Amino acid sequence: MRKCSLNKMDAVFAEIAKAGDLYLPACGHDGKAVYTKWQEGVCWSDAVNTVRSPKDFFFPQMENLVEFKTAGKNIDIIDIRDEKADFVVFGVRPCDVKSFEVLDRVFLQEPVDSYYASRREHGTVVSVACTKPVETCFCTTFGIDAAGACGDVTVWKTETEVFWQANTEKGETLLAKLEALTEACDESAVEDQQEKTHAIMNKLPLKDLSTESFGGGKTNEFFNAPEWKELSEACLGCGTCTFVCPTCQCYDIKDFNTGNGVVRFRCWDSCMYSDFTKMAHGNPRLTQLERFRQRFMHKLVYYPENNDGLFSCVGCGRCLAKCPISMNIVKVMKKIGGKENE
Amino acid sequence: MNNREESLIPKLGVITDVRIDTPDIKTFRVVTPDGKKVFEHRPGQCAMLSIPGVGEAMFSITSSPTNTEYMEFSIKKCGCVTEWLHQAEVGQQITIRGPYGKPFPVDDAFAGQNLLFIAGGVGLAPLRSVINYCRDNRDKYGEIDIVYGSRSKDDLLDYQEIINEWSTDSGVRVHLTIDNPQEGWDGHVGFVPNYVKELGFDTNKTAVLCGPPIMIKFTLEGLCSLGFEKTQIYTTLELKMKCGVGKCGRCNVGSKYVCKDGPVFRFDELDELPDEY
Repeated sequence: MRKCSLNKMDAVFAEIAKAGDLYLPACGHDGKAVYTKWQEGVCWSDAVNTVRSPKDFFFPQMENLVEFKTAGKNIDIIDIRDEKADFVVFGVRPCDVKSFEVLDRVFLQEPVDSYYASRREHGTVVSVACTKPVETCFCTTFGIDAAGACGDVTVWKTETEVFWQANTEKGETLLAKLEALTEACDESAVEDQQEKTHAIMNKLPLKDLSTESFGGGKTNEFFNAPEWKELSEACLGCGTCTFVCPTCQCYDIKDFNTGNGVVRFRCWDSCMYSDFTKMAHGNPRLTQLERFRQRFMHKLVYYPENNDGLFSCVGCGRCLAKCPISMNIVKVMKKIGGKENE
Repeated sequence: MNNREESLIPKLGVITDVRIDTPDIKTFRVVTPDGKKVFEHRPGQCAMLSIPGVGEAMFSITSSPTNTEYMEFSIKKCGCVTEWLHQAEVGQQITIRGPYGKPFPVDDAFAGQNLLFIAGGVGLAPLRSVINYCRDNRDKYGEIDIVYGSRSKDDLLDYQEIINEWSTDSGVRVHLTIDNPQEGWDGHVGFVPNYVKELGFDTNKTAVLCGPPIMIKFTLEGLCSLGFEKTQIYTTLELKMKCGVGKCGRCNVGSKYVCKDGPVFRFDELDELPDEY
C-alpha cells in the first residue's frame, strides 16, 4: 500500500492525465457530482455518488456503430470502429465498480460486443472507498463492501491523506507512474477507516434488506403475484430509473440520415417504454404493469438465472433518489419478497 | 481500425429475384454481390435484413440450408422495413447479418420421426426451410404431413412449389385449407385448428406449428385432444428484436431470449416460461 498527502492530489491527477484522459466526479453547476474530464482547476467531489452512473464510459448513452453510403441500388458498408485510447476513471464507488461486472456478463459474453470490449480494455478503474454512505445505500444487500478493495486500483481517502492499492496488472501500471508522488505505508489507517464505515453501514435503514427470496428459478413464484398491480399503478413510464441505473443495459439501434450517408447508432433504451416491445403483430407487454414487472423480474430473477446467481442491482440508490413517484426496487423487494423483508 | 469481429456490422447482400406470392407477401432471393450464399444456416434460424436509413428487422430464412446457391425470405408487408422491401427491385443491395437463434432439431429429435407440419398464413415461411430440408434428406425421416391454411387461395404462400413439388413427393401428404369458400377452389374450407382435428392424426408424429397466435393456441389444444404430448410439439416465436445476440434486452420471455435461446421452442419448454409472448 502507498499513500500521499491530500494536497498532492492535483499533482497526482496531472501525472495520470499525462498518459490519457482522466475522468473523476467533480462538482457540477447544481452542486451535484458529475463525471468530468480532469484539467487544472477541476476538483474531486466528496459526494457519495454521481448523478449518472459511470456506465457511460463503457456503454455510452449513444454511439455510432457503422456507416453506409448509398448510390442507386448500391450500398457501401463502412466500418467506423477505431481502437480506443487508454483512459482512467477515478473515483468510482464500489457499487458502481460491481455494476461493471454485471455489464461485462452481457457485453463480453459470446458474441463479444467489440465496442464495449475495446473501451473496457482501455479503461483503468480507480475505486474510492465510501466513508459516508447515506440512507439510500444498500450495496451490502448484494454482498458489496463499500469500504473494500475493488477495481484496478482502490483509493481510501481520509481527512488529510489518500491511500492507494493496486488490485490488477492495469492498477500496478498506474501506481508505478505515481511512485514519485506517493510513499509506501502500512494498512492501519485504512483498517481504522474501514471499521468506521462498516459501523455506519450497520446503522443504515436498508441494512437488513435481503435477496433471500429472489434469484433464478423464481419466475413462476413471482410472475403472477397480485402485488405487481399496486406497485406499478403510479409508474409514469418515464424511464428515469433505467437511465440512472448502472446495470440497465437495454439498447435500441437506429439509423440517422446525415444527408451524406446513413449512420447506424445505438442508444440506451428502456423496458419501461410502451414501444419497447411493440411490433407489427402486437405488443406482448401492453400495460405499464408488464413493463414494470419486466424491469424488476429481470434484475431479481431472470438475470441471476442466466448469470450464476449474480443480481442485476448493486444497491447504489440512484433510483430511490430519482424516481418521480418514489417507487423503487427496495419497495418491490419488500412487497414481493415476503416475510424476509417485512 | 478495430479488427475484432462484430456481429452488429452487417454484410452486403443483393436481391436477385422477387417473387410475388400473395397480395401482401413477396419472396426475396438474396446472395452476396459476387453471387454466393451470404452465410450458412440451419433450418429455423433467422437473419437481420436492413436498408440503411429505413431500419433493420429480423426474418426467418425460408430457404433450406440444402440450397447451396442462395437464401430466400418470404416477407409480409406490415411495417417500415417490409414496405420498403416490397418496392425493391432486382439488383437492389441490402444488408444482412446472422444467422441467429437455435434451429429445429432436424438431426437429433426429428431424426427417424414421422413429421407433421402445421402452418397458417405467412407462418409457412419459417417451416418451409425445415420442410425442404427434410424433403432433401428424405431417408432420414418417416412420413411427412403438411397442413397449411390461409385466408383465401390467393393468400397461400409457395403455392406452385406446394402443388408441383411437395404434393408429388412420395411419403409427403399435403392438406390445404382456406378460411372461406371461393370460386375455383375445390379443396377443404375451414380454419386450420378444426381441419387438424378433422384429419385426426395418429400421435406417432413430431408436430411443428407456426402461424398467428390464435391459430397456435387452438391447434395446440386440438393436438393435445388427439393425444399428443407437449414434448412432441414444436413452434417458433417472434418478438421484437434489435441486436439478435441476447444483449439489447427486448425479446425475452422470462429468462429466455427468443433471439438466442429460441426462436424454436418445444411446448413443454414454453410451459415453463411466463405467458408473455
